[in-house]
Amino acid sequence: MTDTKTAPLRDRPTTRTFATPRSGRYSAWKRQGWVYAALVLAGAGTVLPFVWMLLGSFKTQGELLRRPVTWWPQDPTLDNYVRWFTELHIDLFFMNSLLVAVVTVLGNLLFCSMVGYALAKMDFAGKRVLFLLVMVTLMVPGVVTFVPLFVMVSKLGLVNTYPALILPFLVSPLGVFLMRQFMMGIPDSLIEAARIDGAGELRTFTRIVMPLCGPPLATLGILTFLGSWNNFLWPLVAAQSEEKYTLPVALSLYSTGQNATDYGLLLAGAVLVIAPIVALFIALQRFFIQGVAATGIK
Amino acid sequence: MVTTETRRAGSFRAVRPPRAPERLGPAARRRRQSVIAWLFALPFVLIFGFFMLVPLFSSFLLSFTDFTSKDVRNPLGVGFVGLDQFAELFGNQQFLHSMLNTGYFVIVGIPLTMAVGLALAVALNNGITRFRSAFRVGFYTPVVTSIVAVAVVWRFILQPDGLLNLMLGWVGIAGPDWLNSTEWSMPAMIMMAVWRNMGTLMIIFLAGLQNVPVDVLEAAQVDGANAWQRFIRITLPILRPTLLLGAVLLSVGFLQFFEEPFVMTKGGPLDSTLSVSYFTFNQFGYGKYGLASAASYVLFVVIALLSLIQFRALRSKD
Repeated sequence: MTDTKTAPLRDRPTTRTFATPRSGRYSAWKRQGWVYAALVLAGAGTVLPFVWMLLGSFKTQGELLRRPVTWWPQDPTLDNYVRWFTELHIDLFFMNSLLVAVVTVLGNLLFCSMVGYALAKMDFAGKRVLFLLVMVTLMVPGVVTFVPLFVMVSKLGLVNTYPALILPFLVSPLGVFLMRQFMMGIPDSLIEAARIDGAGELRTFTRIVMPLCGPPLATLGILTFLGSWNNFLWPLVAAQSEEKYTLPVALSLYSTGQNATDYGLLLAGAVLVIAPIVALFIALQRFFIQGVAATGIK
Repeated sequence: MVTTETRRAGSFRAVRPPRAPERLGPAARRRRQSVIAWLFALPFVLIFGFFMLVPLFSSFLLSFTDFTSKDVRNPLGVGFVGLDQFAELFGNQQFLHSMLNTGYFVIVGIPLTMAVGLALAVALNNGITRFRSAFRVGFYTPVVTSIVAVAVVWRFILQPDGLLNLMLGWVGIAGPDWLNSTEWSMPAMIMMAVWRNMGTLMIIFLAGLQNVPVDVLEAAQVDGANAWQRFIRITLPILRPTLLLGAVLLSVGFLQFFEEPFVMTKGGPLDSTLSVSYFTFNQFGYGKYGLASAASYVLFVVIALLSLIQFRALRSKD
C-alpha cells in the first residue's frame, strides 16, 4: 500500500527533471543512494544482536571467552543445542509455552468477540459502564494487580498449575476494544435482516458476524500469541517447578543459576526461544504490520 | 461515541415496529435483549472481573493497610493505616530515587524512540523505492522477540570488552563498562528500549504518513519548497495526531519500565536503574504488600493523568 501511494511523487517528472529525464532519474538514484546506505547501516545495527546470538550459539565456551571477540565460529559445534535437548528438557518448556499460548489465544478470540458483539450491536442496561471499565483497565500497569492476583491464586491453590498461567490472560480489554471497534463497522441492516429471517442472536453471531471478522481476529490472535509467548514476569512467579516452566522462565532461571557463565548454552537457548516467533513473524508479517497499524499497540 | 451509537440504534428501532417472531412489546423486547447481551458478555465478565477488577480493587484497599505476607492466612486481621503507606513512600529515599530514574528513562527515551521511529518511517516511505518490506521486517524484529532472550545477548554485547566497545574502539572511543557503571547503566537501558520499541512506532508512523496528500507535497515541490521545508510545513502538521498517539502509547509503556533492568542489571548498580515498577516488585518480594500496592497506585495515577492530558491535547486540536 505504501508503494502505490508514494509512487507518483517520485516518478512524475517535475519541471526540472522533465527537461532532462535521464539526468533526473540519475539524480533520484543518487539521492536514494544515501538513504539506502543509511538504512542498510541502521538495519545491520538492528539485526546485529541476532546475528551475533546465532553465530555465538555455535561457538565453544573457550572461543566465547577469547578476546578480542571472534565473529565467525572457528570450531563450530552443536553441543550447546544438544545439551538443551538432552539435559535441560527444552521440549517440555516448548510444549508448555505452546499450550499456554494456544489456549490463551482461543479464549481471547472467542470471549472478546462475544462481548465485543454485545457492545457493538446490542442495547442493554449497563453497557456504558462495561465499556468504560474495559477502557480504563487498558491503562492499568501490570504491577497494580500483581500482588492481589498472586495472593488470590495461592489462596485457590493454583500456584504451579496451567490454569494459573492461563486464566489471568484468557481475556483482554484490548481484545474487546479491537473486536468492538471492528464490529461497529458491520452494517446494522445486515444484522436486522438476519433477525427478521428469524435467526437468534447466537446464530446471527456465529453465521453472520464472525465470518466477517477475519482481519481483527487475525490481529488479535497474533498479538495475543506474541504476548503469551514472550510473557515473563507472571509465569516466573506462577510456575514454580520445572515441569510448568515456559521458555522465557526456563531461560531466565538458567541464565542466573549455575549456568550463568555458560554463554554458549545461553545463546543457544536464546536462539531456541526467539526462532519460532521470528519464523512466525516473517511468515505472517503482513498481518503483524496491519495489526500494529490498526491498534497502535504491539 | 457510545452514546450516539446506542441512541441511533434505539431511534431506529422505535420508528420500525418490532418484527421479532415472538411479537413482544418494546419493553419486554429490550429486557430480553439485555439478558441475551449479558449472556454474551458473561464469560468475559467472569474472568475479567475475577482476575482484573478484583485484584485492581483489592490493591486499592491494600494500599491503606499494613498488609504483609504474614497476613495472607488471615486477611481480616489486618490494620487500617489510612495514608501512612503513602507517607512512608514519599519519605523513602529509594522510592524517590526510583521515580527520578523512571523520569530519566521516560524523558530521554520517549523523544529518542519517536525520533528514530519517525526517521525510519519517513526514510522507508519517501526515501526509497525498493526493499521496503525487507527493511520493515528488519527494524520490526526486535519488537517480537522475548526480552529474556534478548537480554542474554545484550549482556554479552555490553561487556567492557564486548562487541559494542570493540566497535566503538574502531572510531576511537573507549566505551565504558556499561552495566556496572552508575552513570552508563541507564543510557544502556535506554539504548535497548529504543532498539526494542522503534519498530512499533515506525509502523504506526508509516500508517500515519499515508494520510499526507501526495498532490499537496507535489505542489509545494513545484513552488520550490525543498524536502526539509516540505517535511516541517506539511508532513509534520498532518502527522500530529499520529505522533501524539505514539507518545501516549510509549509513555504508558515506558512509565512501567521494568523488564530491561530486571533481566540486565537487577536495578543496579547502586539502584541506578531501579524503576518504580521494580521498586514495587521488590516490596512485594519483601512481603510488604501494603507498601507495594501504594507504590503501584502512585504509578497508575501518574499514567492515567499523563494519558488523560495527552488525549485532551489530541482531541482539542482535531
